[in-house]
Amino acid sequence: MDFGPYLFLATLEGAVGAAVLALTAVGLSLVFGVMRVVNVAHGEFFMLGAVLAWWVATTVGGHPALGFGVALLVAPVLVAGIAAAVDMTVLKRIEYDPERTIVATIGLLYILQQVTLMTYGPDARPVEPPFNARLALPWVEWAEGGLRMYWPWGLSTTSYKLAVIGAAVVVLLGVWALMARTRIGLLMRATQLDREMALAFGIPVERIYALVFGLGAGLAALGAVLVVPIQQAHYLMGADPLLLSFIVVIIGGLGSLPGTVLAAVLIGLSDGIISVFFSPTLAKILATLLVALVLVFRPRGLFGAQAV
Amino acid sequence: MLRLEGVSAGYGSAQVLRAISLEVQPGEILSLFGRNGAGKTTTMKAIMGLLPLMAGAVQVGGQVISGLPAHRVPGTGVGYIPQGRRLFTELTVAQNIEIGLMAGGQGAAMRARVLDLFPRLAERLDQRAQTLSGGEQQMLATARALCVNPKVLLLDEPTEGLQPSMIAAIRQVVVQMRAQGVAVLLVEQRVDAVLSIADRVAFLENGVIRETLAAEALRADHGLLERYLGV
Repeated sequence: MDFGPYLFLATLEGAVGAAVLALTAVGLSLVFGVMRVVNVAHGEFFMLGAVLAWWVATTVGGHPALGFGVALLVAPVLVAGIAAAVDMTVLKRIEYDPERTIVATIGLLYILQQVTLMTYGPDARPVEPPFNARLALPWVEWAEGGLRMYWPWGLSTTSYKLAVIGAAVVVLLGVWALMARTRIGLLMRATQLDREMALAFGIPVERIYALVFGLGAGLAALGAVLVVPIQQAHYLMGADPLLLSFIVVIIGGLGSLPGTVLAAVLIGLSDGIISVFFSPTLAKILATLLVALVLVFRPRGLFGAQAV
Repeated sequence: MLRLEGVSAGYGSAQVLRAISLEVQPGEILSLFGRNGAGKTTTMKAIMGLLPLMAGAVQVGGQVISGLPAHRVPGTGVGYIPQGRRLFTELTVAQNIEIGLMAGGQGAAMRARVLDLFPRLAERLDQRAQTLSGGEQQMLATARALCVNPKVLLLDEPTEGLQPSMIAAIRQVVVQMRAQGVAVLLVEQRVDAVLSIADRVAFLENGVIRETLAAEALRADHGLLERYLGV
C-alpha cells in the first residue's frame, strides 16, 4: 500500500482511540475540575465498564446487538452507581483532602482490580459488536486526465469503528450541553469555581460531588463499553487509559473540558499513527515527553486557567 | 431575629471566637468593629455554617440553624455578602443572580425586584462577572445576596476598594433593607461609614465581644472609639 492510504488508515485507527480516550479523559477532567480530586482509580472504572459489558452481554444473550445495547445502558450506570457510593462512603469521610484522596483511590484501584480478578478471572474476553460490516475506503491518485478514485487493497475499516467515533462525538456534545445549558451544570460549575460560596448559596456540594464522581466514572465506563468489541475485556486493561487520560488532562489543562477533548484528539491520533508506522511504545514515550515539555513550559496546560 | 449564644468557633484546633453572644433585631443594623484577626469574618462564617461551632448556637427567627448543613442556611433567610465579593467569576451576571434565586427558592418576581435596584446589572446580564468593574462586582454580590429574600443580611467589608459614589449606593441599599425589617450584621473598617447608618456597634477583640454600644453614643463621644479602637 502507498504511503497516503496507509496514513489515512492509521489516522482512522487513531481517531477511534481518540474518541474513546476523549470520553475517558473528560470523565477524569470533570472529577478533577469540580472536586479537585485526582482519581487514580479512574482506569479501573474503565476496566469495570468493559468487564460489566461482557457480563451483561453474555447474560442477555440473543442477537449481539441486543446484548451490546443493554450493556451500553447498564454498565455505565452500574459503574456510576459504584463510584457515587465510593464517593459517599470514602472520599466524603476524608473530606476530599487532596493527598488522602490520592491514597484512597490507589487503594480503590487495587480493590477493584483484585475483586475483578477473583470473580471474572484473568482471561481476556470479547464482546461481539452489534454490527461489523467491512467498509472498503477509497483513495485518489493522479492519472492521465487528472485525479482518479480507486480502492486500494487493504484500505478498509468497519462500520462499528465509525459508529464508535460518532457515538463519542454525540456523548461529548451531551456533556457540553449538560455543563453549559442545564441547571445542574450551572451548579457544578459554581461548585468548581468556589466551593465555600456554593455552600453559602444553597448548593448541596456533597451531592454535587457524588454526582460528578459518578458521572466521571460513568463516562470512562461508557468509553470502555464502546471499545470492548474491538479490544476485549481484561482485569488489567485500566492502566493504559489511566496513563493516557492523565497525559491528556495535563496537556489540555487541568479541569478544562475543551482542552481535554482537543488534547485527546491530538494524543489519540498521534498514538494511532505512531503505533502503526513505528511502535506503540514509541507513541507512549513521545506522549510522556510532550507532558514533560508542557509541565516545564506551560504548567497550566494548553487551555488551563492561569493560576491566581 | 439573629441571635448568637455563646458561640465558639475556629479553624481546625485553632479557636478564634470565644463564647460570643449577640443579637440583631428586625430592622436593625448592628456593626461589628475590631482589628484584623479579631474574628469578624469568622463570626460571619460561623453564622453561615461554613465553620463548625465548637460551642454555642445560632438562631434565626427563633429557629436554631447551627446544626444545619451549610447549604441549608440560606434557605432559612440568611443572605451573605462575603469579604472580597467571592462571585462565581466565570459565570455571567444572570447566572450569579440565578444561583442566589435558587438559594432562596425565589423566582422571576424577585429577579425583577433586584434588577430594579441595580439597573446597571440589568444591562450586563450576559457579561461574565470577572469582566465587571469593582463597583459592579459589589453590586452583583449584593444583588445575589438579596435574591435569597433575606430576613438576616450579613455584610463583610462591602465598601472595600470602592469609589465614593458606589459606597453611597451600597449604603442606600443597606438602609433600604433595614427599612424593610431585615436584620443587618455589618462588618466594616470605615468607621465614618458605619456610624452614619448603624444602630448599635459591637467591639470584637481577640474573639470576645468586649462591649456593645448604641451608635448614637459613639457619634456623640469620639473618645469612646479611641478607647476601643485607638482611632
